[in-house]
Amino acid sequence: MGFLSEIPDPEIPVITIKELGILQGVVQNADGCIVSITPTYTGCPAMKAIEDDVKKMLHEKGIEKVSVKLLYSPAWTTDWISDEAKEKLRVYGIAPPAKITADKGALLGKPKILACPRCNSSNVEMISQFGSTACKALYKCLDCKEPFDYFKCI
Amino acid sequence: MDKNEALFKYALRLGDNGLILGHRLSEWCSKGPFLEEDLALSNMALDLIGRSQAMLNYAATVEGKGRTDDDLAFKRAERQFLNNLLHEQPNGDFAHTMIRQLFNSAFELFFFEELAKSKDETFAGVAAKTVKEVKYHLRHASEWIPRLGEGTEESHARTQKAIDNLWTYTGELFEMDEVDQVLIKEGIAVDMSALKSKWEKQVRSVIEGATLKLPAGGFMQTGSRKGLHSEHLGFLLAEMQYLPRAYPDAKW
Repeated sequence: MGFLSEIPDPEIPVITIKELGILQGVVQNADGCIVSITPTYTGCPAMKAIEDDVKKMLHEKGIEKVSVKLLYSPAWTTDWISDEAKEKLRVYGIAPPAKITADKGALLGKPKILACPRCNSSNVEMISQFGSTACKALYKCLDCKEPFDYFKCI
Repeated sequence: MDKNEALFKYALRLGDNGLILGHRLSEWCSKGPFLEEDLALSNMALDLIGRSQAMLNYAATVEGKGRTDDDLAFKRAERQFLNNLLHEQPNGDFAHTMIRQLFNSAFELFFFEELAKSKDETFAGVAAKTVKEVKYHLRHASEWIPRLGEGTEESHARTQKAIDNLWTYTGELFEMDEVDQVLIKEGIAVDMSALKSKWEKQVRSVIEGATLKLPAGGFMQTGSRKGLHSEHLGFLLAEMQYLPRAYPDAKW
């Protein structure tokens, strides 16, 4: 079932659903297989696309009976994204999540230390806590002046 | 009331809260005051609707009558909805939307932190996930209120009016009935009486920090636990349910 690990995330195609921690497990039995996935955010609209991608790939490999199970627990966290995958995000132009998972700091509005994915400057400013997808916030770099997405730490 | 019926109604209440407030926030989509704010409101609507889907799906499973989450969302009438009155109140001006967000997000943060300890795995799992999302919602509202309260005379007056108008719907957030009693005994539901003082402290610090005033006590509206709603819910449902009711065989 290793090939399932190759499926790219529909929103961020440079990393796979495995690297992102969305693909949780695969159970194969006599007449098919059950694939477990977990949403990054409860309302992530990409889940349907991911489910379709999983089914399509398994059908292409000749496995007809496929069911996709949505898991909510344990809750997905950016801590599951590997260092290699974080580097791929950065090269793609998305600042990867800062090391520590969001704590009550998010409530107090403590600034996160993060660097511009293009010029590596940490002289950056948040434009919006909510970005183009639920998992990202919008920042701009005050040195190279480029706007960029930040993968929110949850 | 047996445990299964209580579970069904509890899941329905949580699902309806997410669905109705999510729908209200989605009404801002393309009408936000500026692009980033439009995205923020739509993002939060998505969180709420996603959570609602998980809860209505669970309600349908617990009920075991072959209904789906979509059936519960689109094929029930007003009196069968159990969402809080606060959630169905119209968006009004931006101040009304933000005060509604503040009241509800502060409530949800404390509520879901407790529900994450539930003995019911589905509730605990969704709650743990929701806590992470709601922190952002509360922070968003908490950053807007000072700007509105200390902005101009007009923004101050409008925000105070929003607080005064919506305050009457906050008492109901903490109401408990037989559903809660049955599930609290099982270690499943949250004891709301423990939440109220924490909530009021949080809300008061944001409001008073923004030169605004929280009303003292006063009459509190009630009814949603019994399916009795304000006049606004019917209109909301008429719009939200139009398509699946007009075209029952429509598929995504």
